[in-house]
This record gives sequence, structure tokens and C-alpha cells, in this order.
Amino acid sequence: MGPSRREFVAMLLGAPLAAACGGGGARTIEGSLVETGMGRGHAMRDLRAIPAVPDGRWRRTGVIVIGGGVAGLSAAWWLRRNGRTDVTVVELDDVVGGTARGGASSVTPYPWGAHYVVAPRADEAAMVALFEEQGAIEGHDAHGDPIIDEALRCRDPDERIWYRGRWADGLYLSAGASAEDLAQLARFDAAIDQWATWRDAAGRPAFTVPVSACSTDPTATALDRESFGAWLDRQGLTSERLRWMTDYACRDDYDLLAADTSAWAGIYYFAARRRAPGSSRAVVTWPDGNAHLIAHLASKVGPIETKLAVVDVRAVAGGVEVIALADDGPVGIRAEHAVVAVPRHVARHIVATRREAGGVLPDCGAWAVANVHLRDRPRERPGDAPPAWDNVIRDSPSLGYVSATHQRGRDVGPTVWTWYYPFPEDGAVVRKRLAGAGHGEWAATVVADLARVHRDLPDLVTRVDVAFWGHGMVRPRVGAMFDLTRMSAAAPIGAIHFAHTDLSGMALFEEALDHGVRAAREILAS
Amino acid sequence: MGAAAPDAAAPGAADPPDGPAPAARPLPAPLLYINVFVVATCGLVYELLAGTLGSYLLGDSVTQFSLVIGLYLSAMGVGAWLSRRVDKHLARRFIEVELAVALVGGVSAPILFVGFAEIAHFQLLLLGFVTVIGILVGLELPLLMRLLQGQVEFKDLVSRVLTFDYAGALVAALLFPMLLVPELGLVRTSLVVGLGNAAIGLWGTWLLAPHLGKRVTGLRVRALIVIAILVGGLIQADHMSTWAEDRMYADTVVYAKTTAYQRIVVTRGPSGFNLFLNGNLQFASGDEYRYHEALVHPAMVAGDHPPKRVLVLGGGDGLALRELLKHPSVEAVTLVDLDPGMTTLSTAFPPLAQLNRQSFSDPRVTVVNDDAMVWLESAPANWDVAIVDFPDPNNFALGKLYTKRFYRLLKSKLAPGGAVSVQATSPLFARRSFWCVMETMRAAGFVVHPYQLAVPSFGVWGFGLARAEAFEPPAHAPAVALRFLDDDALGAMFKFSADEKPVPVEINQLDNQMLVRYYESEWRKWQ
Repeated sequence: MGPSRREFVAMLLGAPLAAACGGGGARTIEGSLVETGMGRGHAMRDLRAIPAVPDGRWRRTGVIVIGGGVAGLSAAWWLRRNGRTDVTVVELDDVVGGTARGGASSVTPYPWGAHYVVAPRADEAAMVALFEEQGAIEGHDAHGDPIIDEALRCRDPDERIWYRGRWADGLYLSAGASAEDLAQLARFDAAIDQWATWRDAAGRPAFTVPVSACSTDPTATALDRESFGAWLDRQGLTSERLRWMTDYACRDDYDLLAADTSAWAGIYYFAARRRAPGSSRAVVTWPDGNAHLIAHLASKVGPIETKLAVVDVRAVAGGVEVIALADDGPVGIRAEHAVVAVPRHVARHIVATRREAGGVLPDCGAWAVANVHLRDRPRERPGDAPPAWDNVIRDSPSLGYVSATHQRGRDVGPTVWTWYYPFPEDGAVVRKRLAGAGHGEWAATVVADLARVHRDLPDLVTRVDVAFWGHGMVRPRVGAMFDLTRMSAAAPIGAIHFAHTDLSGMALFEEALDHGVRAAREILAS
Repeated sequence: MGAAAPDAAAPGAADPPDGPAPAARPLPAPLLYINVFVVATCGLVYELLAGTLGSYLLGDSVTQFSLVIGLYLSAMGVGAWLSRRVDKHLARRFIEVELAVALVGGVSAPILFVGFAEIAHFQLLLLGFVTVIGILVGLELPLLMRLLQGQVEFKDLVSRVLTFDYAGALVAALLFPMLLVPELGLVRTSLVVGLGNAAIGLWGTWLLAPHLGKRVTGLRVRALIVIAILVGGLIQADHMSTWAEDRMYADTVVYAKTTAYQRIVVTRGPSGFNLFLNGNLQFASGDEYRYHEALVHPAMVAGDHPPKRVLVLGGGDGLALRELLKHPSVEAVTLVDLDPGMTTLSTAFPPLAQLNRQSFSDPRVTVVNDDAMVWLESAPANWDVAIVDFPDPNNFALGKLYTKRFYRLLKSKLAPGGAVSVQATSPLFARRSFWCVMETMRAAGFVVHPYQLAVPSFGVWGFGLARAEAFEPPAHAPAVALRFLDDDALGAMFKFSADEKPVPVEINQLDNQMLVRYYESEWRKWQ
């Protein structure tokens, strides 16, 4: 039994709103809870013994990639790009993509999780290759960096924020800001610019994409030992508007509040996407978010077997042996190499040598994502900032919504909005509390949150689907970015290689790709 | 205008006096003359409203006004004639008629306004209102005169009633064009005048009390209900045309509709009618030919071959269609306009349908109601000419239709040797905006020849003529019937004066929408 709807809404949105939506006539909202692999995942976790595989159910492949998220698909993609054709990807869930998966309606494709990447620099070879393959590079700028196709660069206006009954432009609330607020914003910008242009003795930047390219000079990594909140305090950056924005950034990318985020990660969010002082790298997006990249990768990797729960991976003479549970019983796969492209808390259950190792696992945050199908757009008030790609509600614990039809330019009529809700609290507690929540509770919460900024929205909603990501993303808490355990977890064990975004300490597409490609390179080099 | 003329005949019906109630106190005659005055004013305003709406919405103002006046006067005659059938309860009937006029007259313009947008037999509805209001107004004065009969000498009665009646007509004739319509608009004028009638009716329950007996509560309740309906109408009137709109436009608002996509307003003035989208003038019927000939014909002669397949993006008014259909080579035209409300208006609004020469009924024309950018993605790539006529880029939804992304997409959809023309705002008033459009088209790979002309209602207006490969701007106007464009005018359009020449600009791209920013900053200076 989950909490009652009233308690549930109260918990998510705060008591005043709960009263408002609990009291109204409850209408049943169509939709469903989307399966995110939880059932098979937990069954695998709770398995008491590794099943025996009958002789007839063993087969062989060159490289087995375990996990069809961004890291796994990237590894398989890079292997095939470089001549390995004997690659098999296995995925626990019904579909590939992990938290970057997407969906589609007759109106538009839409994301189920991650929804943008930052335009790569010329030295991010794998990212550049990924865009080149798609014919999505339209030229090169004065720095020699690729210019991503205009159709994919996030369409202006990219952000707006709801505050005190109005939509305002951008994410930082400049209307009504005091001189002190603006002075602090300028100082914050200057501090970020300083870190964005900082180089160590070897010329490595402190903050760049991916994390593996960042300097490990102690001057920079010392930032990992305090919280972003404490760092801001030390700089005298106490402006409420600025602190709201930095908290939002941490919730948005890390599922944490600034007070719990590593200062290194907090600064990374702002500094790594700056190209030069005052100029940011382009945000690149698709109607279905990063699911578009998933679709491209999946089309390039060869065979993918879904609904296959790997329960055991072990190094043997001449390669690896993998045992998995299919719907019709256990199967075995022998391969020269394996890429374990799953989160570390899963790897610990399936990789033989990891099972005994124990150790501290990285902190994982939970997310709820809803796709809200609308038959028409809610009314907009003249004089407000116009609808943007990302529409942020300042006084909501949700992150607001992203419009799936914005990038393509469909500005009227039916659409799908993707609503994001991070849980910056302890992941285990959230998972436990929300385990029993049903679709009706989620849908009512989503609609109540959106209805506070769009009063006419409830009548326009035709469907709300919800995904609950119990282990949504690794979180860069204080000390996590330069933690030795994390840094050593990527080292291969014999022919077993590891690739996952949690090996970077932060959940970004570019990080998952980086580890996938690194694992592929290890195999190609051996 | 002799609106009150039939009234003169009314008391001539030599009915036996039905006489006031035996014990009644005399009525306050001077106050009743004020009644006559207001009744006359209101009556004429309804007539003027009907005439104005008829001529604005259906065109041909001489016919419409003549029809409305004639019908109104004869209906008043019918009313006067019918007054003889009223034998009892004169005062009560008078107040009831007054309230009926208030209700029917008051809601006439709002209902006609809505009716025009929604139903086919607008003229019948219009004339129906005119008839009913005329009959009711025709009933009023005879009843009033009979109430005063016996109390005032007949020659004084006739002289005073008619004096106040004609004076009321004069006031109405002056108030209507000078105060009511400019300040209130047609819809509010109708409702406010209806309130005047209702107030007279309510006041009458006290004035005529000696003749009403005890049962006045029912009448007062009815009066208050009518007042409530009319006040409700005033509150709702913003849905039809807003206060701001009625005051903003120099001419009278004759059509206003908020579609899912935009606010369409048509105004009518001495020089013809104007169409506004979201408050921005799209064309004035008096000089639109200069704009549309310049928009269409250069592109029609700039390609390698006489164009067969033509694409119009925007242009839901059908005026660009009218121009390009003059070219006999044209075999098929697709017009893509987001708003079905606009393309429907262009076929159903008689003055506009006349102006575009029923171009939407031409069998060569196909209409698509979709966003041009979304539609283009999956459009065929075989257009000999594309005419791009979007509203000015004053918001981000429109700004995307002027981006490099959009022009690249458009270029990819042209047949080899095809040509494009694009409306690009004013190179004089919005110089950076204009050159931003030109440079953005060039960045998308077009070879562009900018051109401009004067359109009196807009000012100097600019366009871009473009092809995918190098070409010379055309030297000869096409051999079709044109009013503005000849070889000289064509040649002159490609020359820019010093104050319109290129300025450095950034390219308008999807992720920076520079054009919307240029446009906002430049037009702000002129508004």
C-alpha cells in the first residue's frame, strides 16, 4: 500500500497545494506507469543462486555488451565503427536507452529522461563522430569547433520561469533584482569565467567535457572537498535569486541541492559548457531528447537482445562467461570480451569478483518523469514571456516541463510536455516511500503541479504517463568526484571492461559515451 | 435623415380616446418629452448600426444603407399602424415595448457580429433585426402621445412630441459617428443604447405610475432583467472586440475574431477596409495592389521557365493568389496558411472575396492549414516559384519562419531554376530587420536581390528576390494586367536610397532569433 493520494501530493508539492487538488472533483486521468526494468532488476538482485545453464543453451560471440543504455550502445557503436562486427548487446529491459529512452505519440516523439547534450568541441572525437555520422555538422567556427546543424540547436526562447503569477525570460530572475543581486550575479559569472579559463601546468582545463579530460591538479580538485553551497557562501554569494538558480542547476543535473553537491560538480555545471567568457556552447536537442541519439546508436550496433537479465559475469581462460535469465530460462554466452555497461550497484550483483569485494557504492538519486499529452495549448497571457523549450516553475519542487514540439517549431495545437521531478532526498528512503504509488496518484500530482501555472490545463490533458526512475542517476555529493573507489572502478578485470556514467560521478550523456568508447578502445587495443 | 417621419402619422389614427384611468393624477408631461427624446435617439442609433454593419460586412454601402433605412422606416409605419390595436393598459404596453426595444436593439450588434462569423444567412438576420426594431420603435410614440392625450392640447402635443423626436434624431446622428463608434465600437454602442432604452422603461414605472395601478413590481423586475442582460453583454463584449481595440483603430472595427492562432480584425473607413492580424496592418484595400504586385510578379519572371507549380506560404488573404493566378503558365498552387480562420474569412467575407477575386475558388488552388515550417519538412521538392508572405517577425513563433533553417529548408524544396520572393518588413523603418532577412537568406545559400517600393499605408516596404544560383533581377514586367508594375517600376524597385542601404547585421538562426530582437527594438521607435 502506498500513501494515500492526499498524503502523496502533500509530500511532493507541499501542503497548500495538496489541499487544493485533494478537494477538487477527482477525474480519472488516462495513462500508465511506464516499466523501467524494476521488476526484472529486483528479481535478479534477489536471486539466491546462479542458475545452471543446460549445454544446449550456451552460445558464443566476440564481444558481449551488458546494458543497452548510452554507455553500452556507445561501446558497441565504437567497436563496430572500428571493425569489430561480432558484438552482441544484451539489455534487461524491454527497450534500450536506459534513462535516455524516449516514446512517441501520433503528435510527436518525446523523451523519457535526458533531453539534451552540449555541442562538442573539436577534441571530443567520439561526440564529433556521432554528429558527423548523422550529417548534423554544418561547418566549423573560428576555433575549429564543429557548428551543429541549426535545426538541432535549441530554439530560442530556450527557458522561461514562472514567478508570482507571470512568466519571465530566462532562468535567472532579473526582473525585480536589486543592485546587490545583480552585482553578485556578475561576481558569480566572473568566478565561473575564471574557472572556465583556468589551465594546469600541463595545459589541461579544470572543467571540460568529459570529466576524464579535466585536470587533476589539487588546486582544482580541492573544490570536491566542500559543498557548492559552502563555496558560494565563502565567495559572499548569498543573493536569494542566485542561490535559487544554483540550487535549480544542481537539482536539474544532479538531483541534489547545492548544499549537498560537490563544489567541483557545481562549478562544472556552469564552467564546463562555457567556451569563452560570456559565450556558452550550444545546447543541442531533439523532440525526443537524447532518445534520438539512442536510436542512431542502436541502428549502428548490430544485434540487440532485450529482456535478458544478466546474473553472472566471470573471467575464464580465453575470455568471459555470462549467464543470463531469458523469459524461457537461463542462457549462457561465451565471449572474448565483455563490457559491463550497468550501474555499479548492479555490477556488484553480477560480476563474480565484484560480488565479494563489497565497498561503498555511489549515491543514486530517484526521479519521476511524466509525459503529459495535451489536445491543445493552455492560454498564454499577453505580455508574459512566450512559451519556451524549458518552462521552469520557481516555487515548485518539480523542475517544470519541456515541450516536445518546441524544437520542431510546432507552436500551436496538440503537444506533449515532459515533466521532471527530482528527489534530492536520500534515494533509499524515496524509493521505499514511493514503491507503492499508483498511476492515479502520480498523474494527479503532475496535473496539480502544472495547473498552478496553467489554470486551464486540466481540461486539455488527454493522457499522463509516468516513469519512476528509482536509481535515476549517480549524484556528485561532496567528495564523490575525486573518490579513489570511483576512479578505480573503471579498471578492467581480465577481459571484463566497465562502462557507465557513474564511473564519471555525474550522469551526463557525454560521460556515458566517454566510458563506452574507452571500454571499446581497451578491447580494440588488446 | 427622416427617421422619425412616420411618427407624425401615428396620432392621426383618430381612435376614440381610451382615456386615462378615471381617478388618475396627471402625468408629468415635460419628463415624458425627455422620454420621447431618448427614444428617438436610441431608435436612430439602431438604424445607423444596422446600416453600418450591413455595408461594412456585406459591402456595397449604398444598397445596404438604402435597404436598411427603407425597411426600418416602413417597419416603423407597421408599428404605428399596429398601435391602434392596443386598447388597454397603454402605459404598461408602452413600458413593455420600451423594454423589448432595449433588449432586441441592445443585443442586435453583438448578435450580428457573432452571426457574421458563424452563419451563412447574415443578410436575413440583419434585415430581421431591422424589421423587429422598426416595428417596436414605431409603436412607441403613438402610445406615448395617447397617454398624454387629454392632458395637453392636441396642437401642443403634436408640436412638442415631434420637436423632441427630431431633436433626438439629430443628437443620434451626431453622437453616432463622433462619439459612440470611435469610443465604444459598434458592439458596445448597441448595448449602451439598449441600456438607455431600458433605463427609460424602468423610469417609466415611476413616471407613469398613475396609469399603472399597483402592479408595477413585475415590470420593474423585467426591466432589471433586461438591464442585467445588457450589462452582461457589455462584460462579454471584450470577446468580440476589446475596449483597447475600439480605441486603437482609427476606423470602425467591423469584424473581429480570435482564432486559435491570432486575432483577426477588419476595420472599415472612408478609404476602404483594412485587415489586421494581432494588431498589425496586413493590407489596406486602397493600396494593397502595389504590395501584392511587387511581392508576386518579380518572382514569377525570375525563374528559368514560366512557372507551373507555385507555393504560397502565408498569404491567407488570397491577394497574392489573385496576382499569381494572372499568369497562364500556372497549373497548380498550394497555399499554406496556419489559420483556417483566415482562409475562411477570405472566402466568406464578401469585400475580401471580391478583392481577391474569389481566388480560393480557382480549381488550381489547394489550401493547407498547417505551420509552414513543419509542413515544408515533408513537402515535395518541385516548386517553380515560392511566395513567402508571413506577418512581420514580432514574436518567436513567427521569427522561426525567417531563420536560416527555414530558408535552407525552402531552398531544398525548389525545382531547379526556381525563384523565391520574401516579404521582409521595411528597409526604412526597420533597416536592420530588413537586412537581417536578406543576409539570413544568403547564409542559407540563396543568391538574393533585395528590392523595395512605397506602399502608402505601410510606408517603404522591402522584399528579397532569390534563387539558388546566380541570376540577374528581371528587367521586364510580365504581360499580365497590372496597375503598378511596369518595366520602369520594376527597375526602380531594385535601387535603394542612402537611408535604406545595407547595415551590418547578425544572421537570424533558430537558437538566437536575432530578427525578433531587431524588429522589436526598431519598431518600438515608430509606434
